[in-house]
Amino acid sequence: MPITRDEVAHLARLSRLALTDEELDHFAAQLEVIISAVARVQEVTAEGIPPTSHAVPLTNVFRPDVVVPPLGAAAALAAAPAVEEQRFRVPRILTEG
Amino acid sequence: MTAELTRMTAAEMASAIAAGQVSAVEVTQAHLDAIAAVDGRVHAFLHVSAEIALAAASAVDARRAAGQPLGPLAGVPIAVKDVFTTADMPTTCGSRILDGWQPPYESTVTRRLREAGAVILGKTNMDEFAMGSSTENSAFGPSRNPWDLTRVPGGSSGGSAAAVAAFEAPLGTGTDTGGSIRQPAAVCGIVGMKPTYGGSSRYGVVAFASSLDTPGPLARTVLDAALLHEAMSGHDPCDSTSIDAPVPPVVAAAQQADVEGMRIGVVTELGGEGYQPGVLARFGEAVELLESLGAKIIEVSCPHFGYALPAYYLIAPSECSSNLARFDAMRYGLRCGDDGTRSAEEVMSLTRGEGFGAEVKRRIILGTYALSSGYYDAYYGKAQQVRTLVTRDFDTAFGQVDVLISPSTPTTAFRIGERADDPMAMYLADLCTIPSDLAGNAALSVPCGLAPDDGLPVGLQIMAPVLGDDRAYRVGAAVEAALRERWGHPLLDEAPELTADGMGAAGARSTK
Repeated sequence: MPITRDEVAHLARLSRLALTDEELDHFAAQLEVIISAVARVQEVTAEGIPPTSHAVPLTNVFRPDVVVPPLGAAAALAAAPAVEEQRFRVPRILTEG
Repeated sequence: MTAELTRMTAAEMASAIAAGQVSAVEVTQAHLDAIAAVDGRVHAFLHVSAEIALAAASAVDARRAAGQPLGPLAGVPIAVKDVFTTADMPTTCGSRILDGWQPPYESTVTRRLREAGAVILGKTNMDEFAMGSSTENSAFGPSRNPWDLTRVPGGSSGGSAAAVAAFEAPLGTGTDTGGSIRQPAAVCGIVGMKPTYGGSSRYGVVAFASSLDTPGPLARTVLDAALLHEAMSGHDPCDSTSIDAPVPPVVAAAQQADVEGMRIGVVTELGGEGYQPGVLARFGEAVELLESLGAKIIEVSCPHFGYALPAYYLIAPSECSSNLARFDAMRYGLRCGDDGTRSAEEVMSLTRGEGFGAEVKRRIILGTYALSSGYYDAYYGKAQQVRTLVTRDFDTAFGQVDVLISPSTPTTAFRIGERADDPMAMYLADLCTIPSDLAGNAALSVPCGLAPDDGLPVGLQIMAPVLGDDRAYRVGAAVEAALRERWGHPLLDEAPELTADGMGAAGARSTK
């Protein structure tokens, strides 16, 4: 068994995904099948083969340091779930308070 | 007149508008009427922007009247996949988490399309965040295949493919991460191109797997696809992986349409067991056709292509698990459970649990697993090595041949619901298209007939080297021209006519 229900629950917590019990059962069974299938990559003899992270060679890209107009507060806040005093209002981030 | 307008090619529309034979407003209105008539059945669009489209068309007509220069797509309507941000239309990516989101900025691709004079009709349906092969993963319901409304139009760019095949728009934009342009194009009987990675800008394309995501065109003809490819592509300083080189001469190649003397490789590993007999039959005929047109056919082995699918389903979910972390319920999009007692972390988890659909959640979990310490080397690391081996297979092959060909998909369009809860069966739809995403090279799908076993469209995939996009168009246009001559009409003339009430009789013409 490549993955257990408890592991799926742990991964969901790491991923900040609140899952129902039904989802956990369902995903655990499906992920077991998927992980068994993708584990086929381990059959490949890849000794000394460098990894590819990107299809094209990546080099650092610079741009001229020119000031351009920013988005602006109104546009940035337009789609916010909650706004207060021209700021994003967010739930508390600390447990005490 | 209205029906005639919607059946023109984009190239014909552009020249008719430029010549003053028809106004851009008339062309746009004809397509808005077509959408009103058939989209209730096809469900290609998530959002139709009639007023904005008509205003853009009026602007084209005004420019023409004033004698000002017109862009190459002036007045041509286009359907835009809902993954491209548009500052004047909602952008949802087929997800509840972005329901109704109005982006504060415009993607480079749509900005270029507007500058070229194209008229954006609206935003098309897609699998949520481009994860899927059928549009069934859209939070807003599936799109339907215009050839058979009980079947999927492919995905993830299935809405754009269905819109183009149903004559709701002559052009559509898509994005290809594992086949999401070529696979829907193939099963809808139209043309779809994945350009070389970095050839078209990702700026304003909501990210799924950044090392793979490639915007590209969908159209009914190879020339139309090339015209759109040229208009939407090119270097963009806003995308650091954008290639700083000229766009390959794709329009000239589509006009050249000649394979005389070209060396064309048939990939051994993309065929045989697991492929629908009717797909292999039409593919075999396409190979014979290319040979009769003067190409030299060579069988080529790409031994690692068999590992491309498993490698992809580690790499893409890994990147998605990172990219989708941005949906945190703080600055935009859905927020659930913010009742004053819950912490930001709890609100974030509840929102993501509510806002994401099953496939997105599966992939986030899978990616988080593949990147976990202890598993990283065995999964993500190994998949990256397979990516190198697949790229080397392409390099070796392109040392022997000019292009490689295969079927675009192992089967024709499957029924809605058939694979919806069987992720591995769904993933197999991208078996033939994934290698070119991993290697970043160009690949085109063109229609090559209807499968004799079910009467549904089959696509021929033409893979070309990195920045050799023009070669794929050259071969695709030659196949298109030869088949059109053989059939006496384009393949889409055989599709059943769509009406507001349902499907009419099957197309009167036949390629059999």
